[in-house]
Amino acid sequence: MKSWLTTTDHKRIGLLYFWTAFGFFLIGGLEALIIRAQLVRPDGGLGVSAETFNQLFTMHGTTMVFLALMPLSAAFFNYIIPLQIGARDVAFPRLNAFSYWVFLLGGLFINASFLAGPLFGADRLSVAPDAGWFGYANLTSRQFSPGPNVDFWLLGLQILGIASLAAGFNFIVTILNMRAPGMRMLRLPVFTWMTLVTQFLVITAFPVITVALVLLMFDRFFGTHFFLPAGGGDPILWQHLFWMFGHPEVYILILPAMGIVSEVLPTFSRKPLFGYTVVVYSGVVIAFLGWSVWSHHMFSTGLGPIADSVFAGTTMLIAIPTGVKIFNWIGTLWGGQIRFTTSLLFAVGFIAMFIIGGLSGVTHASAPSDLQQTDTYYVVAHIHYVLFGGTILGLFAGIYYWWPKMTGRFLSEPLGKVHFWLTLIGMNLAFFPMHLSGLLGMPRRIYTYSAELGVARLNQLSTIGAFLIGIATLVFFWNLLRSRWRPANAPNNPWGGATLEWAIPSPPPVYNFTVIPTVANRLPLWQTDRHAPMIALPAEPPAPIHVPGGSWWPLITALGLPIMAIGALSHLVPVVLAGAAVVIVGIYRWAYEPLEM
Amino acid sequence: MTHGSTHAPEAGGRVHRTSMGVDSRKMAFWAFIGSECLLFGSLIATYLVYKGRSLVGPYPHEILNIPFTSFSTFDLLMSSLAMVLALAAVQRGDMKQGKLWLLVTALLGLVFLGGQYWEFSHFVHEGLGLTTNLFGSTFYVLTGTHGAHVTVGVIWLLTLWIQALRGKLGPQQALTVEITGLYWHFVDVVWIVIFTVVYLIQ
Amino acid sequence: MSAQGESDKMATEHAHATTGTYLRIAAILVMITLIEVGVFYVPAFQNVLVPLLLVLSAVKFTLVVMFYMHLKFDNRFFAFLFGGPLLLALVVVVSLLLIFYGAVRLRTGT
Repeated sequence: MKSWLTTTDHKRIGLLYFWTAFGFFLIGGLEALIIRAQLVRPDGGLGVSAETFNQLFTMHGTTMVFLALMPLSAAFFNYIIPLQIGARDVAFPRLNAFSYWVFLLGGLFINASFLAGPLFGADRLSVAPDAGWFGYANLTSRQFSPGPNVDFWLLGLQILGIASLAAGFNFIVTILNMRAPGMRMLRLPVFTWMTLVTQFLVITAFPVITVALVLLMFDRFFGTHFFLPAGGGDPILWQHLFWMFGHPEVYILILPAMGIVSEVLPTFSRKPLFGYTVVVYSGVVIAFLGWSVWSHHMFSTGLGPIADSVFAGTTMLIAIPTGVKIFNWIGTLWGGQIRFTTSLLFAVGFIAMFIIGGLSGVTHASAPSDLQQTDTYYVVAHIHYVLFGGTILGLFAGIYYWWPKMTGRFLSEPLGKVHFWLTLIGMNLAFFPMHLSGLLGMPRRIYTYSAELGVARLNQLSTIGAFLIGIATLVFFWNLLRSRWRPANAPNNPWGGATLEWAIPSPPPVYNFTVIPTVANRLPLWQTDRHAPMIALPAEPPAPIHVPGGSWWPLITALGLPIMAIGALSHLVPVVLAGAAVVIVGIYRWAYEPLEM
Repeated sequence: MTHGSTHAPEAGGRVHRTSMGVDSRKMAFWAFIGSECLLFGSLIATYLVYKGRSLVGPYPHEILNIPFTSFSTFDLLMSSLAMVLALAAVQRGDMKQGKLWLLVTALLGLVFLGGQYWEFSHFVHEGLGLTTNLFGSTFYVLTGTHGAHVTVGVIWLLTLWIQALRGKLGPQQALTVEITGLYWHFVDVVWIVIFTVVYLIQ
Repeated sequence: MSAQGESDKMATEHAHATTGTYLRIAAILVMITLIEVGVFYVPAFQNVLVPLLLVLSAVKFTLVVMFYMHLKFDNRFFAFLFGGPLLLALVVVVSLLLIFYGAVRLRTGT
């Protein structure tokens, strides 16, 4: 147990991220199911109150984005990146552990709000955030959101931001500076490339939301008027700052999954990725352009025709590199010897679902048509096709792909296929009708709707689809658990992959590689026209390999942050100072800790 | 600096091969500084967007004291000079000079902070509080964030100075001092921007 | 020292700047600051105040970054790590100013 609390091993941290994120994914899913249950019939639904509903959709969005999807991606960054680049660990192992603990504590802090009502004298148990995952001003002002709900949100997100930023710096340096000899940048696996690009988005976008949250915090705690018209402030500024973060954020969410798909397709087509260089550069271009489109979330705020046109243009432009990737993936499959493993099914599912989501996205790019779609269920359809159909299917592809490597055990293929088909059917049943209900005029974030709107049947279909997804997820969960009782007999390279992680045992020894390999090409383990496969690594290291021990200081330092947040929440300055002291002491002890333990 | 993979020394004296031939900590720190550009950029953008939109006074031209702030600017610029002299000393093993200039840098930083404190108190006395108007809010949050960064820097410098007094800081820790310098100069550079954008361009 | 002599000295100091360089840079920084303050007070400069101050502070910024932060002599990648986000921050500031105060507005007849 202690070894898990003090671990700095990227593989263990990856597993911690995985299980924690999966737990939050289930919570976010439960929130979705309650939402869908409530919306199954019009005129009051099942009786969920408007206030509860606001909390549900806020927490569903916040949980899924920050506590499930990002950390699930992080699980793979952690476990797989050092293996793919031929390194023994990340550049800063203790900082890596720190990121995980901060994530866990931030997630617990924000979810604690569900039970914290009595502590704040509320008349209900739950004071969970309720102003949407995007927290628009000035609904979030103290005037219109007097309770602690929004405070939990803005403090929790600041904590989570620290985790992401730390990981961002860590992985940029790891990927750039810790590659094995011969592992030139254009020989990196695409997953590693997409991760690198994603981390640049993280370190540039998160500071902006940090500023936005701090300004909101000042408005709520100290009486400033950054976003309050009464004092001359402009609520639209919040939207600008939020979406300057928020748009890069969605690329942060999708690029890693695109990287995963770019690994899975070649392996199960027994063909190299079509147009590797173009796929890599498209990812880079998507990241750049991702910073130029933010106000397409604000077409209905009266930006004026010039701004509307500029952002419509940049948004349409970003479809190009995205389309390029899709053609390259199809080109990879074309003419390949395809093995229809669960992982491949999810990767192909990703392509199909992301195309649909991308198309609805392109319709949003046109400001006039977006004015019909914005704030309706049409947008909910779009985001779920790209985030569920895209990111989540991509992550599932990665889980089925890398599970044997990470655990030494196989997931059941038959159960996997059941999971896949139930998921695919479920998600289309859930989200496709939303295009229609949205265009028929059903707004977002409403806790009920009138029967006269004529969307009841569509909502029923969506609810059935959602529950189907729930069942599929349970099947998946069972598959994960069941694998623990299966023999740990996975070989080094069960799928015949080409990249370095498949050159070592499953799971890898703590030092990863007995000898750091020298890389000669992009596909080290495959026979290609110009290269024989890499010579197998020795079974034992030639000399003892020193592995750094663990450390308590990442966990201890991380603990200071929720303490500060609790102090802020309860307006108790001594508690804030105590938390800060924990952080400061933690940092000092961390800095002075000898590198060996 | 050589290119390709070379060896970069790290704390503890272990030599460690890196793909880009630079120390990982230095690379991480430059990435961090890049990230901070966005942090301060957002705060400066907020200040500029709200310029001239205060509903009530005091207004910048009524209250900003250019001569005094010029002195603060001069102080911080000199502290950057002290910092590079400290680094140069540590790099050549002259710990006597190293200690001296580290302390001078920290003291100049404290002078800056003292000046900020005096300026803020004066402004509050003149009726410009955090919540008085948009100018007050944006001004205090921007310069306050900068001041918090200076404070962290001063603590960092004094920590190094104490380490040096104990004989635990030497040329092998030159990289640590260099990174401290990067932080300190960045904080100075942010002030250059703030001085121009907030004080001089009214 | 003549401009030619100055750049010769810079060339020979390529690998590492000396104390002399640092002191000279400090002197330049102080001079520019004095000029900035001077420009602020001299009414004749009011018309070009903003661009002039921006240029002067950009020069100071560049000197500190290039020489004190050693960016001129270090791995070029560091310039990218810093310059990229710096450029982005500038674009963000300018974009927001244009959006909030953009002088170019189409006539809509209202």
